[in-house]
Amino acid sequence: MPLNTDKTIEGSFQLIGGDFSIAGESSAQLKKILTDLGVAEDIIRRASIATFEAEMNVIIYAAAGTLSYTITPQQIRIVLVDMGPGIKDIEQAMKEGFSTAPDWVREMGWGAGMGLPNMKKNSDEFNLDSVVGEGTTVEMAINLP
Amino acid sequence: MTIKELENILQAKIVVDSDNLDLNIDSACSADMMSSVLYYHTANSLLITSLTQPHVIRTAEIAGISIIVFVLDKQPEQTTIDLAKEKKIPILVTPYCMYTASGKLFETGLPGCLNK
Repeated sequence: MPLNTDKTIEGSFQLIGGDFSIAGESSAQLKKILTDLGVAEDIIRRASIATFEAEMNVIIYAAAGTLSYTITPQQIRIVLVDMGPGIKDIEQAMKEGFSTAPDWVREMGWGAGMGLPNMKKNSDEFNLDSVVGEGTTVEMAINLP
Repeated sequence: MTIKELENILQAKIVVDSDNLDLNIDSACSADMMSSVLYYHTANSLLITSLTQPHVIRTAEIAGISIIVFVLDKQPEQTTIDLAKEKKIPILVTPYCMYTASGKLFETGLPGCLNK
């Protein structure tokens, strides 16, 4: 199904680490934007899940971050840049079930070690860059038919 | 399966109701880890969980979960109820534990999200 627009749509959200009260709201807003644009439901779900997982990682691990999106008729591109502790071993972090989340995060239902694999699973393009002590950048793209 | 049927089978109380008369879930998943919900869910399904914080509602919204059941008579906080109303995601509370609630629904023929 074609989008309701042929323009490029861009936007961003600021994320505050540790603020669980609004955690997920940015992803919910992006979901609404995609719905209003007439994107197919299964693609919206993939984009929303990938974005939500990435947003939660910023809330859980980082001091702050930015979620940016670019939507073209061909693609949804989502980039999250955070000021967090960084990931020491990306290969290990990508394994299903691996997590460094503390107990209090697990008690809230996060830290199952599925977040990064879930982002990759739902993206057509996935790229993760991280510098320990500086932060992490996640880039995801989902193609539109 | 409708909200009314869930209410009966699980001896549940409806905390947040729905005015959507067509709401009819066709699968369920039981989880306390939200990433598991996001990984294994299917659209138009039921989530059975013991977590009652607001981010459970946000997870359900993102995953396309249609109804949530809280087990062990866990009463959600007001912020969870308010968010569920805003997102139009009904909540039921059952006295059963997660295992028993899941079993009772499975017995009626309601399949798991991944059907395995």
